[in-house]
Amino acid sequence: MRRIILCVLTYGFWLILTLPGGDRLVWIRHVTDWPIYIVGAVVAILAAVFFGGEFTHQPLSFLNPRRWLWAIVYIPVFMWHMLVANLDVAFRVLHPRCPVNPGIVKIHTDLKTDVAKAFLANSITLTPGTMTVDVDGDTLYIHWIDVVKDGTDIEANTKAIAAKFEKYLRRIFE
Amino acid sequence: MIDSTSLTAIADTATQVAAIAGMNLSTLDIIGYIVIAVGVLFDLLGAIGLVRLPDVYNRLQSATKSVTLGTLGIMIGILIVEGFTSIGIKAIICGVFLLLTAPVSAHALSRGSLRFGAKMWKGTVIDSYGKDKLGGPQIETKEKKDEVA
Repeated sequence: MRRIILCVLTYGFWLILTLPGGDRLVWIRHVTDWPIYIVGAVVAILAAVFFGGEFTHQPLSFLNPRRWLWAIVYIPVFMWHMLVANLDVAFRVLHPRCPVNPGIVKIHTDLKTDVAKAFLANSITLTPGTMTVDVDGDTLYIHWIDVVKDGTDIEANTKAIAAKFEKYLRRIFE
Repeated sequence: MIDSTSLTAIADTATQVAAIAGMNLSTLDIIGYIVIAVGVLFDLLGAIGLVRLPDVYNRLQSATKSVTLGTLGIMIGILIVEGFTSIGIKAIICGVFLLLTAPVSAHALSRGSLRFGAKMWKGTVIDSYGKDKLGGPQIETKEKKDEVA
């Protein structure tokens, strides 16, 4: 089951990647382009056979519309935080004295699944002054460019760094 | 404040200027090129940060964040200029992959350099990772001697 879904996704991706060029989008190819379909199918099947075991353990959750809805809600939220993050870094870089106060702090996450943790770590890396260094169970080590106080308070760190993403990611991935 | 009418006016003026210069650009093209320019600007900031910030980890911050948003801006600009053609769709796929892979590489690099023993800048406040995993904070203690050279 997992392998079939992975195969379909891979093949769809191949079709998008090999769309015919030109001024406008053409979804149907000329008949003589059949090798592209064949190569894509072979590669998709091989990928599914070899890497199906690494794929998500609940493939049916791909079909859950509520998760997709929350993912769509999450994108603008994430984009906004990312823009703020960049303006923040830009300010620090252009400031004559480079006002950084860096350190590695610990935070604690309630997310359970690996995918959700991976996305949390990625989101943290791309947003204000924080970068995930390591994940160990439910503890994340974060390099923070502007540590608040002395950075030993795990609860306060979690609130400042991860809380704004966790509520969305929990709805998308769990 | 900037509102949509003034933006349209700016874009119209830009179109006229481009027409005088012999280029045939639509409003959408102008917006696309502006987005590309902003993206390049963020890339530039990331590069400046790479030079100015003190240690590996701070530099990775600058490199990852600014360069991801900058390159994403360039991709979105290409999508706006090209529309939903095969090039535009490929650009947006590139953007998605960039979003997924850039943080992973930053994570791998920072963890690798911590484990390798690259010390953190002396102004670093706290190093929980070194304390928990590496037997002591990995913060450099004395001033570098060769900073003048």
